[in-house]
Amino acid sequence: MKRNWLAYPYILWILVFVLFPMVLVLGYGVVVKTDTGFALTLQHLQRVFEPIYLKVIWRSIVLAFISTVICLFLGYPVAMILANQNFKQRNVFLALIVIPMWMNFLARTYAWMSLLERNGLINQFLNFLGLPNLNILYTDYAVVLGMVYNFLPFMILPIYAVLSKTDRSLIEAAEDLGATPSVIFRRITFPLSLPGVFAGIIMVFLPAVTTFAISRLLGGGHYMLIGNLIEQQFLTTQDWSFGAALSTVLLIGILLIMKVLGRYERDSGGGVLW
Amino acid sequence: MKNLGKILLVGILILSVSLTITGCSKKYETTIKVYNWGDYIDEEVITQFEEQYNIGVIYDIFATNEDMYVKLSSGGADYDVAFPSDYMIKRMIDEDMLLPIDLNNVPNYRHIEDRFKDLEFDPSNEYSVPYMWGTVGILYNKTMVDDPVESWEILWDEKYAKQIFMLDSQRDSIAVALKLLGYSLNTRNIEELEEAKELLIRQKPLVLAYVGDEVKDKMIGNEAALAVVWSGDAVYMMSENPDLEYAIPKEGTNLWFDSMVIPKTSKNKEAAEKFINFMLETEIAFKNADYIGYATPHKEARAMLDEELTSDKTFYPDPEDLTNTEVFKDLADFLPEYDRIWTEVKAN
Repeated sequence: MKRNWLAYPYILWILVFVLFPMVLVLGYGVVVKTDTGFALTLQHLQRVFEPIYLKVIWRSIVLAFISTVICLFLGYPVAMILANQNFKQRNVFLALIVIPMWMNFLARTYAWMSLLERNGLINQFLNFLGLPNLNILYTDYAVVLGMVYNFLPFMILPIYAVLSKTDRSLIEAAEDLGATPSVIFRRITFPLSLPGVFAGIIMVFLPAVTTFAISRLLGGGHYMLIGNLIEQQFLTTQDWSFGAALSTVLLIGILLIMKVLGRYERDSGGGVLW
Repeated sequence: MKNLGKILLVGILILSVSLTITGCSKKYETTIKVYNWGDYIDEEVITQFEEQYNIGVIYDIFATNEDMYVKLSSGGADYDVAFPSDYMIKRMIDEDMLLPIDLNNVPNYRHIEDRFKDLEFDPSNEYSVPYMWGTVGILYNKTMVDDPVESWEILWDEKYAKQIFMLDSQRDSIAVALKLLGYSLNTRNIEELEEAKELLIRQKPLVLAYVGDEVKDKMIGNEAALAVVWSGDAVYMMSENPDLEYAIPKEGTNLWFDSMVIPKTSKNKEAAEKFINFMLETEIAFKNADYIGYATPHKEARAMLDEELTSDKTFYPDPEDLTNTEVFKDLADFLPEYDRIWTEVKAN
């Protein structure tokens, strides 16, 4: 029990900046103003499950899911290459993955806007080669592209962290016993990397499902995602109760996902996040 | 590596100390906080005010009336002067968020044209002093549009599919549909709103994007043929790209006013009034109007502006040109209906 006091600032931080806002959000979501004061209600939470809002939530989940899958398929091989002991330029490549993240995320998303637009750089280049124009700005493709681009490092880094710590002797033993590379990957490397994979999935899926900037800028505001819907409740409509109810449902959904993935993670001997 | 860290740390310390020193070198008698739209002032004017009155100005910007309202109503900000629009001023008056302005302390108020005084949202100009005004209309690229642009209808023309920018703002976009249908843009009739919704959903496949301020760069860069824009932005875009032209549709449109107000949170009303008065000095009002391109309600400043601009009825319409325009009213408890309509347009 010694040195417990070191934790106090941390606990205070959690109380003030995590717990208190969360209680506020929950409170706003279940309270309604009446003539005499305030009363508890489920009307805001019920409204979240109206078909129109379910449509918005479903679209957010689908786009985030697609982005996460693409990030996984792009990120895993990159992480494997980085974790390879014979790979000499590892630090250079790691820096190349990390450095863009030092730049503001909105600035990078704006940059994609000018790259993808009709008279943008990519189309100028395609025209120069005599190829047809690529018009994906303001479509779902651009939204997925923006998500994958922004969140890919969050997939690569945790997988890389786990892979680089994998016990080489296990792989050597498998090789000695005559396992082919594909068997080694399926039976040893991949199962051992699962904690990193789950951490990566969580770290990509969460920001992707809640984004409101990418869908606004690259999606041209054609479709509302849940992030946009929540923003609209707080800013334009001033319906803080409904906004809070939406946030609450989103929060519970995310906690459930993390719980499920967290269990797998523990089962496979990891525990990166939980 | 350790040394590098030390050097960096020392560097940062020196930098921060020197910044604090320079920060203190200008000592003003007092400071005021001003909250304005982005890109809505000639920033030289602020420095001029600071020097002339020995009052420092902390200048912040917002992107929408709603952003500003949330920040002021949550009590987290203590601004002395803000620049909301008509319907928002009404809401702020109703919610007791503004201080009355003593017009005796704002003698330059006499320069304001009479038609911009005593407007409906502030009937006796107790709380607000006009800053700029304008309309909403269609900006089009002459090289891409060969039909005459005189009706909102053109925004539903399949010929221009994926060449149209709409505003990503529920009030403004629903207003376009309501006006095309011949209804009031302040309607509280659900059936009329439903019709507007159907119209907007029908238009959606033709729209390239629902945008905010970035429409300026896009239209200047020839990214689309048609866009719904505010009149003053149109002046700026046309000056950057001569192929662009602005039109007010015949069905009528939204007429708006941005005015200066003093929020209740102000701790220095006297300095705030000085600032408002300064903004109405002929030279200053001219500078701002010339810089940002919006129409000024200031008689003398208008006379100083380029004749070509002020005689253009699309940018300086006369009262008789404005018969079918409407000013937004605060919808108050009816706002959720507009929100629902817009969400249904966006979710489909």
